[in-house]
Amino acid sequence: MTTIDLGMPADGPIADAIARSVETQGEKQTTLKAKDLKTDQEVRWCPGCGDYVILNAVQSFLPSLGIAREDMVIVSGIGCSSRFPYYMNTYGMHSIHGRAPAIATGLAASRPDLSVWVVTGDGDALSIGGNHLIHTLRRNVNLKILLFNNRIYGLTKGQYSPTSEVGKVTKSTPMGSLDHPFNPVSLALGADAAFVGRAMDSDRKGLTEVLRQAAEHQGTALVEIYQNCNIFNDGAFDLLKDPTTGVQWSIPLVHGEPLVFGPDGASCVVRDEFGGLRIAETNQVDASEIVVHDATREDPSYAFALSRLSSQDLRYTPMGVFRSVQKPTYDRMMADQVEEARTSAPADLGALLAGNDTWTVSA
Amino acid sequence: MTTTDPSVAASTAGGSTPFVKSVVELDRVVIRLAGDSGDGMQLTGNRFTSETASFGNDLSTLPNFPAEIRAPTGTLPGVSSFQLHFADHDIMTPGDAPDVLVAMNPAALKANLSDLPGGGLLIVDADEFTPRNLAKVGYAVNPLEDGSLDGWQLVSVPLTTLTLEALADSGLGKKEAERSKNMFTLGLLSWMYHRPTEGTVRFLERQFRRKPEIAAANIAAFRAGYNYGDTTEAFAVSYEIKPAPMAPGRYRNISGNQALALGIVAAGQRSGLPVFLGAYPITPASDILHELSRHKSFGVRTFQAEDEIAGIASAIGASFGGALGVTTTSGPGVSLKSEALGLAIMTELPLVVVDVQRGGPSTGLPTKTEQSDLLQAMFGRNGEAPVPVVAPRSPADCFDAALEAARIALTYRTPVMLLSDGYLANGAEPWQIPDVEELPDLSVEFATEPNAATPDGTPEFQPYLRDPETLARPWAIPGTSGMQHRIGGLEKADKTGNISYDPANHDLMTRLRQAKVDGIAASIGPTDVDDPDGNASVAVIGWGSTYGPIGAACRRIRRSGRSVAQIHLRHLNPFPADLGEVLRRYDRVICPEMNLGQLSMLLRAKYLVDVESHTQVRGLPFRAAELAAVVQDVIDSTTGGTQ
Repeated sequence: MTTIDLGMPADGPIADAIARSVETQGEKQTTLKAKDLKTDQEVRWCPGCGDYVILNAVQSFLPSLGIAREDMVIVSGIGCSSRFPYYMNTYGMHSIHGRAPAIATGLAASRPDLSVWVVTGDGDALSIGGNHLIHTLRRNVNLKILLFNNRIYGLTKGQYSPTSEVGKVTKSTPMGSLDHPFNPVSLALGADAAFVGRAMDSDRKGLTEVLRQAAEHQGTALVEIYQNCNIFNDGAFDLLKDPTTGVQWSIPLVHGEPLVFGPDGASCVVRDEFGGLRIAETNQVDASEIVVHDATREDPSYAFALSRLSSQDLRYTPMGVFRSVQKPTYDRMMADQVEEARTSAPADLGALLAGNDTWTVSA
Repeated sequence: MTTTDPSVAASTAGGSTPFVKSVVELDRVVIRLAGDSGDGMQLTGNRFTSETASFGNDLSTLPNFPAEIRAPTGTLPGVSSFQLHFADHDIMTPGDAPDVLVAMNPAALKANLSDLPGGGLLIVDADEFTPRNLAKVGYAVNPLEDGSLDGWQLVSVPLTTLTLEALADSGLGKKEAERSKNMFTLGLLSWMYHRPTEGTVRFLERQFRRKPEIAAANIAAFRAGYNYGDTTEAFAVSYEIKPAPMAPGRYRNISGNQALALGIVAAGQRSGLPVFLGAYPITPASDILHELSRHKSFGVRTFQAEDEIAGIASAIGASFGGALGVTTTSGPGVSLKSEALGLAIMTELPLVVVDVQRGGPSTGLPTKTEQSDLLQAMFGRNGEAPVPVVAPRSPADCFDAALEAARIALTYRTPVMLLSDGYLANGAEPWQIPDVEELPDLSVEFATEPNAATPDGTPEFQPYLRDPETLARPWAIPGTSGMQHRIGGLEKADKTGNISYDPANHDLMTRLRQAKVDGIAASIGPTDVDDPDGNASVAVIGWGSTYGPIGAACRRIRRSGRSVAQIHLRHLNPFPADLGEVLRRYDRVICPEMNLGQLSMLLRAKYLVDVESHTQVRGLPFRAAELAAVVQDVIDSTTGGTQ
């Protein structure tokens, strides 16, 4: 059973090819197991890399969508995370640095019948590919972007990334990095992304829940996944992973629930006097002042304010779905325009070639 | 009386019968309309062209306009012009020099007068020659009054005043009414050259259907201009240029960008595939995007991307999904697309990359023509990255060239560079409308079944197992069961397409990709050689839009009793298989190009033939007379040396 709505089916030679493959190889198989999504390729991430746990989580989660694996496409850019498609028995393209959202846009816009996923990293998506990311988000093409954020360049062996904290000492910044980092969630919300979530690589349950909501969302969904690079930036997210400090500094986002967190719910989120949000001690405020999480607010300012609670050092990091609103998707609107044009004027190539002003030369 | 020189005709006829209108028959005329970029010269030129086309003359046009949308009014940088050559016979170029120059203001006069041969007809809007406008372009004295234009047949007409008078009852304000003076001028020219007028009236009604008062004013100005010509003593002569004999059939007038866009629509229809265009606006290619965006009923999806890279990247994504992916741009955009083009080469997906070349490098001359992206198309990528290159030779040929590029892309599963240029893009000519059924069949077969087996006999799909004849790899699209595979920019293992760093495999794959492109030569036929008497010892070789000027130059040379061969290359990569042999047939081979010798470099490197380069990069097409002189010198020195 498909739990998510794939767009209108293909037609013409594309539909014929799909039909032929069903004839020769049987009906589309929509009840999958995780192992059905594995390939024969040896996984070549460094031992201990956070990417392994994300791969396992994705392979375990995707079958729950009830989509045949041939209807899934994973497009990646360049970087450690971008090796992802090779390990997934779906269609895939390991493309070039930063361009995966643009490639996926062309695919998703012309094939609304597919489930298209982009796997990217903090350098790929936010540095070289920043332009494509923001435009994909504002356009709202039906594709899902998994942004593995390890706050470092891994494949090029350890330079700072656009999400590295200021002062980061790396091979290219021996005296500490100078540039202020992006907060990917803030950036996405600034680009008016309809769906933005954040999860931790090691938190299978939380990650799966965010992925599920992203998959069910119609339109572009961005999921930032904190991912540990144990070679060049080990322990980057330990503050949030450690059972003690994690409870203290993570703010779980549950739609409809008050934003209370910390040991024994000691901390909470309330509105500040400027329309933003601030952290308060739960026992110092009236229960009615505590913000109840609402991911469906049309106005992105609330979600943006949530994203600004956390600082570079990861204290007060909201985890979960920041925003999930429905907007018309680009691919659907594009298909509708094609359909509208077809209905209003049948395609007559001869008439098109002739145009409005012709003359005839007789023999 | 028939003459090829309207100036002679005008003075003779005008001098003898000043008050009786006479009609002089000409075999060809070149008219240049020049004005401020806000004067509507391009529109006027296009309308005159349409009238001329529907009358049945052969024609060729050369629009020439500044990159600025509204350069300061009345200044030299703001001058926009439109040249039209039409004839009662088959012509190949927009003409070297105008016979008639219409200058709508002092700037237009100053910028264009040097191109008008002595004795040529010069029509100016006298109203615009005000002290202020004269000062703007550095005329100390009004040239209409100081005798400096005595060498030309000057007809000074108060076009603005006449237009305002004609529209006195239109209810329009002065400023709005003045804007119709281009239609007054068009009316006058339509009278002078016996053009049919119904098409323009229909056009104006259509164009301004939501502003009927504007439509009425323009039509009134157009008719007033026509009647003015008919009644004024200023014009004693009108000219007749009979229709040109053309092959029987139905014709239309078409520009290169239009033809190219229609070629892409046709490629989609003839392949049955949806067309996906990913493009970023850029001069002079944007009109292809505009045109294609109007044809959604043909399943054409157009995507205005955030940048040039996203334009090609989205097209690659669409091709992966089974569409005919297309991206359109000009030279600077090709630079940005280079890396993605490499990805298309590596993933071996069909893709048509249209480069409407303009003056370079960098931003260069955005609205001027050049053919200096040939080597970029050939080699402008990292690694050994061969790409087939196809170039149209005339505006109408852009249609066939687009179909040919699509054919190669779909058959060989490769990106193809289609090199048009600014002159072809904006220039126009009559086009015999093809019969849809006779267009090439471009249907493709997607892979839907395993094509190999694992060692244990399990059927499997190998995405890089090639067709033995074309070396194309199978095109299996997402959605087809059992064919899941991963492609990408990393080197692929032969057949399986898995990542491979094996040295021998990389050597093999590099040679296979090259061999695939080289093998296209088997499908393109022999070199196109025009050597009517078969006696030529000198050949002129060209590619792209120089076809017209080279052809016209060769005709001139032949008319002088000499022999010369014209070799034209439509395929720049690979070259036709017999090209080396063809080149070696001639004592001398001359290669005129609008660059610094890019094709000649390729020919010399590949065939060790001493190809002589003749180049110009003036942002304008070659003049046939100049080319003829160059080639004629070579012929005379060659035959002189051998006799």
